[in-house]
Amino acid sequence: MAAMAAALRGVGGRFRWWTPAVAGGVRGAAQGAVAGQRDYDLLVIGGGSGGLACAKEAAQLGRKVAVVDYVEPSPRGTRWGLGGTCVNVGCIPKKLMHQAALLGGLIRDAPHYGWEVAQPVPHDWRKMAEAVQNHVKSLNWGHRVQLHDRKVKYFNVKAGFVDEHTVRGVAKGGKEILLSADHIVIATGGRPRYPAHIEGALEYGITSDDIFWLKESPGKTLVVGASYVALECAGFLTGIGLDTTVMMRSIPLRGFDQQMSSLVTEHMASHGTRFLRGCTPSQVRRLPDGQLQVTWEDRTTGKEGTGTFNTVLWAVGRAPDTRSLNLEKAGVDTSPNTQKILVDSREATSVPHIYAIGDVVEGRPELTPTAVMAGRLLAQRLFGGSSDLMDYDKVSSLAGRRLQPGEAESEASSSGVPTTVFTPLEYGCVGLSEEEAVSRHGQERVEVYHAHYKPLEFTVPGRDASQCYVKMVCLREPPQLVLGLHFLGPNAGEVTQGFALGIKCGASYVQVMQTVGIHPTCSEEIVKLRISKRSGLDPTVTGC
Amino acid sequence: RRRRLLGLIERSRVVIFSKSYCPHSTRVKELFSSLGAECYVLELDQVDDGAKIQEVLLEITNQKTVPNIFVNKVHVGGCDQTFQAYQSGLLQKLLQEDSAYDYDLIVIGGGSGGLSCAKEAAILGKKVMVLDFVVPSPQGTSWGLGGTCVNVGCIPKKLMHQAALLGQALHDSGKFGWEYNQQVKHNWETMTKAIQNHIRSLNFGYGLSLREKAVAYVNSYGEFVEHHKIKATNKKGQETYYTAAQFVIATGERPRYLGIQGDKEYCITSDDLFSLPYCPGKTLVVGASYVALECAGFLAGFGLDVTVMVRSILLRGFDQEMAEKVGSYMEQHGVKFLWKFIPVMVQQLEKGSPGKLKVLAKSTEGTETIEGVYNTVLLAIGRDSCTRKIGLEKIGVKINEKSGKIPVNDVEQTNVPYVYAVGDILEGKPELTPVAIQSGKLLARRLFGASLEKIYHTLFWPLEWTVAGRENNTCYAKIICNKFDHDRVLGFHILGPNAGEVTQGFAAAMKCGLTKQLLDDTIGIHPTCGEVFTTLEITKSSGLDITQKGC
Repeated sequence: MAAMAAALRGVGGRFRWWTPAVAGGVRGAAQGAVAGQRDYDLLVIGGGSGGLACAKEAAQLGRKVAVVDYVEPSPRGTRWGLGGTCVNVGCIPKKLMHQAALLGGLIRDAPHYGWEVAQPVPHDWRKMAEAVQNHVKSLNWGHRVQLHDRKVKYFNVKAGFVDEHTVRGVAKGGKEILLSADHIVIATGGRPRYPAHIEGALEYGITSDDIFWLKESPGKTLVVGASYVALECAGFLTGIGLDTTVMMRSIPLRGFDQQMSSLVTEHMASHGTRFLRGCTPSQVRRLPDGQLQVTWEDRTTGKEGTGTFNTVLWAVGRAPDTRSLNLEKAGVDTSPNTQKILVDSREATSVPHIYAIGDVVEGRPELTPTAVMAGRLLAQRLFGGSSDLMDYDKVSSLAGRRLQPGEAESEASSSGVPTTVFTPLEYGCVGLSEEEAVSRHGQERVEVYHAHYKPLEFTVPGRDASQCYVKMVCLREPPQLVLGLHFLGPNAGEVTQGFALGIKCGASYVQVMQTVGIHPTCSEEIVKLRISKRSGLDPTVTGC
Repeated sequence: RRRRLLGLIERSRVVIFSKSYCPHSTRVKELFSSLGAECYVLELDQVDDGAKIQEVLLEITNQKTVPNIFVNKVHVGGCDQTFQAYQSGLLQKLLQEDSAYDYDLIVIGGGSGGLSCAKEAAILGKKVMVLDFVVPSPQGTSWGLGGTCVNVGCIPKKLMHQAALLGQALHDSGKFGWEYNQQVKHNWETMTKAIQNHIRSLNFGYGLSLREKAVAYVNSYGEFVEHHKIKATNKKGQETYYTAAQFVIATGERPRYLGIQGDKEYCITSDDLFSLPYCPGKTLVVGASYVALECAGFLAGFGLDVTVMVRSILLRGFDQEMAEKVGSYMEQHGVKFLWKFIPVMVQQLEKGSPGKLKVLAKSTEGTETIEGVYNTVLLAIGRDSCTRKIGLEKIGVKINEKSGKIPVNDVEQTNVPYVYAVGDILEGKPELTPVAIQSGKLLARRLFGASLEKIYHTLFWPLEWTVAGRENNTCYAKIICNKFDHDRVLGFHILGPNAGEVTQGFAAAMKCGLTKQLLDDTIGIHPTCGEVFTTLEITKSSGLDITQKGC
């Protein structure tokens, strides 16, 4: 790296090694690199979904672009490649491990369908992890190739501002370079939080940054948290045959429809996940045999409990990755509470030529596709003469979301964002929860249609379908505008996507009922919803 | 108002909705007075809410004009229809009859359409009977209440499809870390028994739900003998007669045979396959309908040697680009295709379970003939309406002589006013949901013309397939938009896992006027297959590369 950068400097004078003289004054450096003489038209800090999209779009428009990306190893030393949270430690590995767990269920179904498989079938974590990690690495590689193809310069360095036009990058070996640019985009995302006040939490616990990269099975696992990340991880760990416990302080899936949430946990409990409700951990200790002893307080009884586990996974929220950026040197303002960056509707920070997109921004939905769209539109405004703004209102009224390990659910779900929680029985929702609908419109003005149904695939293997449930929350007044849709069952994400559009088009209950069902599917149960909660009739679906 | 009107029709022998100045109305009034019938005449031009009543009549009868005549609760129609009924004697018969019928409604056929109709009528307080009788297939297969879908259609089909998918899932699961002996065999008998058990529970459920709603269910073959009267023949040949004010024909369809030597003796159809007591072995599927391809698909999924004999094209009526992709996917997965051949003779070489059959086929394009030996020959060449042996000619219900289908108006009424028809036997109505979607698309095409369409498409790789190492660039998504109507979405196509689950919601969205812009404004649910529709950028006409890379 050093040799290459030095060579480049020799040729074009584009790189300046960091010297005290440059860092001496914020203004000084900015004046030193005046417009037109700076290294790049655009510098993007953070190579996740949003940053890469912005960089590629700008390069497409003929600009000189660089991306700096650096993964600070997790406290347990896990690191990964280019692509950000979604690709490396988020939705992609999460859904693949969820798929592995679903396959376990299918293997148990198979004999009922005539496949002669001797049961029980053991699961090999190493094999799964390797396959998942190989896929992620192929995606990392794909991102590198895409940058290369578009002539975007990529530096694997950790970035910090020197002044408002200059960023200092520190490589793994400690080598430093200075990069200057006319426009700078911050897209550094967020990382999981540790409960630092709990003794032993940091030393012995892991987070979603580590779980997907473990070479060996985590074994008996305690998952702390009640977010969907916590439930999803606990779900797939249970599904591949591990002894798994979830410890939650209060309610599961805060901000989601609570009836649905309790069905989700009920299903998990009936499939072997243990739940410790109303409990908070107070200490993690390593025992001589290497196991972890966790002590907790049961807040209802006031008693103390202990248990031993092989792994403790914290899923207690996420924090933005802004601290090491030296934002104050550039004069970029952050929210004092959340440390997230404050921007205007053009994604500009308090410094007009510095922008921020994605999870690092205050008040934005934490979604991969939102970040991608915001990044692309930003590049088009900067270099393509466009004036289109990212319409976050539209997004937040109807956006898909990605796995944001530890994100505060209440923000995304109560704003009506369509979501799928990939717990063993998947939960897809869009629009308002029943509680939210009632609080906004009043009990009398809300009609809820619901049904307990049995997926056809469940019948032959005799699977229990007690938690397969769908409900549609509507205004009571004709034509009964649909406010929210909640679906619990197989392939919930696939089911929800299209209905999200329907609701976006202003679907009424009447219109949904006029839609012809696709038979036999689970999603047709939605267009067959006839029983209202108010009627008190049995909502169990019988027959074809 | 609606209730008031229905009450009026219910209570009166004859109701004439009329306008005082209308000469046709006057003719009808004179006709009834010449017959000595007492009429309730409502002059719509002399009441305040006449126009509103006319709207309601349009809803109930699909007729807005006056005169509009009801006799003994039966909607006869307008002036011309009334005089026709008078000439055929039907009107006199309607007038004579008291409401002394055994039932308000008799439904012939206990399939999805018939049962839902019967139950709904019963909920509305009517006295209802359902006649359902399964004539055994030439191979002797018969089944219980519920019709095609439950017994020999969607339900067992999707369960066998699921069994085949599980074969693929087992194959995948090794890559996801599950460890078992890779040599997994499929046992046909175990599967079939499980599926048949499920179907029997559904049959039982249907019987129960009819009882709960006090619908009389008779396991007999129904046949019209005269107006308002039907003969029901049970398994033992005992005949009983029932009368009703109204009838619904919902007899559905049964698989067609080729009419060649050996077909009824040795071939099976979808009526037999799902309850076949033995594994069909090496199978020839004749036909290119969705039934043919679905059956061929799951049989191949169980590891059987499957050949499909196709006369012309796959999946006629479906988008042909999608149809070709389905075919080539199947070909890659071991299904053989014999293109442009039709069987001419089937001979039995050996008896057994399964036996051995020799099939002789000839080319549709030349004189070439081929021979093949199979354990089972499954015919899936189409279905015929069960309308020719139910005495329709006795009461004058018209059918399309060629197709056997029954023409109806927009309210499902046949040419005989008190006889209605629902389901697969209707002429020009879709026999299944995907066809309904497709016909909507074709209609839009006719209305707007193909050149006004913009097609977006993409290939994609389901995330679940990546680790399992399943092929990339086989799954395909496409939408068809109308350029001159705000890019309104006219067609929606997806080829990939869980296609049914994905499509349903989009169908609802299309009902609400989905446009490309709305799709673009929507953020995908990540990572799913459905989300590809929110990021479609490449139009077909651009010819750009549509293979997917990255996240």
